[in-house]
Amino acid sequence: MVMNRDDIARLNEDLLRPLFRTSGRFYWAALILALIVIVALAAWGYQLWAGFGVAGLNRPVYWAFYITNFVFWIGISHAGTLISAILRLANARWRRPVTRCAEVITVFALMIGASFPVIHLGRPWLAFWLFPYPSERRIWPNFRSPLVWDFFAITTYLTGSTTFLLLPIIPDWALVRDKAKGWRRKLYSVLALGWRGTPRQWSRLETAMHIMAVAIIPVAVSVHTIVSWDFAMAPVPMWHSTVFGPYFVAGAIFSGIAALILAMAILRKVLHLEDYLTPLHFDNLGKLLLMMSLFWLYFIVAERLTVWYGNETSEMAVYWPTQRGPFAPLYWTMIGCNFLVPFIILSIKQLRTVAGTVVASSTIVVGMWIERFLIIVPPLERKYLPFAWGTYHPRPVEIIITAGTFAAMALLYLLFVKFVPIISIWELKAGVRQESVVPIPASLLRAPDLIESPSPSGLTRGPAGFSREVS
Amino acid sequence: MDHKWSMVVDLDRCTGCEACVVACRAENNVPTAGEDEAARGRVIHWIRVERYWEGEFPNPRVRFRPVLCQQCDAAPCEPVCPTYASYHTPEGLNAQIYNRCIGTRYCGNACPYTVRYFNFFNPVWDKPLHLQLNPDVSIRQVGIMEKCTFCVQRIKAAEIQAKAEKRDLIEGEFTTACAQACPPKALVFGDLNDPQSEVSRLNRSNRATKLLEEVGTRPSVTYLERGTWRGEKT
Repeated sequence: MVMNRDDIARLNEDLLRPLFRTSGRFYWAALILALIVIVALAAWGYQLWAGFGVAGLNRPVYWAFYITNFVFWIGISHAGTLISAILRLANARWRRPVTRCAEVITVFALMIGASFPVIHLGRPWLAFWLFPYPSERRIWPNFRSPLVWDFFAITTYLTGSTTFLLLPIIPDWALVRDKAKGWRRKLYSVLALGWRGTPRQWSRLETAMHIMAVAIIPVAVSVHTIVSWDFAMAPVPMWHSTVFGPYFVAGAIFSGIAALILAMAILRKVLHLEDYLTPLHFDNLGKLLLMMSLFWLYFIVAERLTVWYGNETSEMAVYWPTQRGPFAPLYWTMIGCNFLVPFIILSIKQLRTVAGTVVASSTIVVGMWIERFLIIVPPLERKYLPFAWGTYHPRPVEIIITAGTFAAMALLYLLFVKFVPIISIWELKAGVRQESVVPIPASLLRAPDLIESPSPSGLTRGPAGFSREVS
Repeated sequence: MDHKWSMVVDLDRCTGCEACVVACRAENNVPTAGEDEAARGRVIHWIRVERYWEGEFPNPRVRFRPVLCQQCDAAPCEPVCPTYASYHTPEGLNAQIYNRCIGTRYCGNACPYTVRYFNFFNPVWDKPLHLQLNPDVSIRQVGIMEKCTFCVQRIKAAEIQAKAEKRDLIEGEFTTACAQACPPKALVFGDLNDPQSEVSRLNRSNRATKLLEEVGTRPSVTYLERGTWRGEKT
């Protein structure tokens, strides 16, 4: 099928509306979120001013909420790029409206996650010592330290995923430039980087996107593996585990898909994108989520069973408090959130609706945060010498900063949606184009907004018809 | 001749008096935490006397174990530090370089003995302790790790003195603050590379064990204890 002039106009209108029209609700939401972020920043300032002791950390629990947030957000960041890259390479047609809202989660979640190693530093003003730069001190970072691996992994991933996000935005920004007047036209002229939609430009864009899609997958896998090695490399009971690499990667993709579903559901509701983000997308992602939930269960069983069977004294001191000791309520909540609830909802076709996947995703996001907390804190509380055992209780500063990161994520997303069409317009059009009677190689396509010729067959389909095509 | 500094802790002599803890605090400018912060686990003591209770009332029995930095040869705290603040000196000491520390606290997690301490606040001393700070030891600001140094300032002072007098170090010329203060002489400090030294002699004892040897850290501190922990007649 081919889109006619009305379809194009309606598509542009639907997807560009948030950029050109701003309701009062937007300002209120932005204001409230910004206030929460400011309070969180103030809390961090208080921690810097009063000393690190205002947080709940102690000896022996030197890492807790901040590192939990770090691992959690880096995990969320696996939503986007990885899923979008895999779906692109697999050429899954239904991916087209989903990719960008996934990719942008990656970039923002990485930014937020990467800020936590700095927030948690005793002397954050010296964080730049992790950079390998020629300094008067004549020492480089210690390349044996997993924290330095982290630094390189995260900066690589952030650079790669930002590129991966920005590349396919260029044609859309060009479209906005062509539709806009005034300051927007000036702004988007700069952002569009001189995009004219020539065959050469399309060919280069396609090549670049393909290279990035292939390159970003190993980077994404390595990032969360290295994050897991922050723990697995230390001789701490129940940290020192070979399963941590794949376990963390699986958990990251798991929580990432859940975050993506939540973001899509909110976008769908707020921006009225019901015709674009259809129940089909939620159904497909729900199946993926179900698979990852089973994967996650497999990993936690593999980890827990081997520890229990091995019955090593130092490990059992950590193991039992999580199964039936003080951490048991959290542990079994986690099992419920990450396995029981999602498994029931997602394995029943009638429940795998928009609302159903949203419920499952919400419990998963909570459950995966708890999972990271349970990986980090119980082993630290009970390292080898019982005399040095301790307990950890979070204090207000940590809770406020944690809440602030969720607000920061929402705020960044909100602002992004104001400046970038959250659904890739040209890819949607190209998708329809590829379905046409005479297939045209994508590299020969001109700027999609110029493809407005009436269909040769005279068929007319509205966006509703388009969304049926997706299914 | 290179030195290999080592300490021997004789658990059969230790009475749990904690004189070592007080002496260390005075020698090394260890700040006081106060009651509330101590309850929150923020107290710093480079050496601590661990107490383990055995048996039931009315016949309980307490075991004392002074635990300080074990100055491991294969120290887990060293490779994990991103800034080389935890550093192995040529003399085999596990040094903490305060100026390099940015406070990731990774070393504190990696240490199986939990003997690395974080400065949660800028250091304070209850009066009149602030009048007796040791000028040979730097004080540590908020946000960095610290731990037992084997009184490196005393080692260095003795080495400089010996060099000035163009002689080798003499056994017993100096010792650490904790060993100096120990009334039953349960703590002995010395050079393991000198076969005649007291620590070398004690290391050859059949009572010699290492703490958490199974973790593979190759500690420089040796514990002497008679018999086994469990099943021993009281």
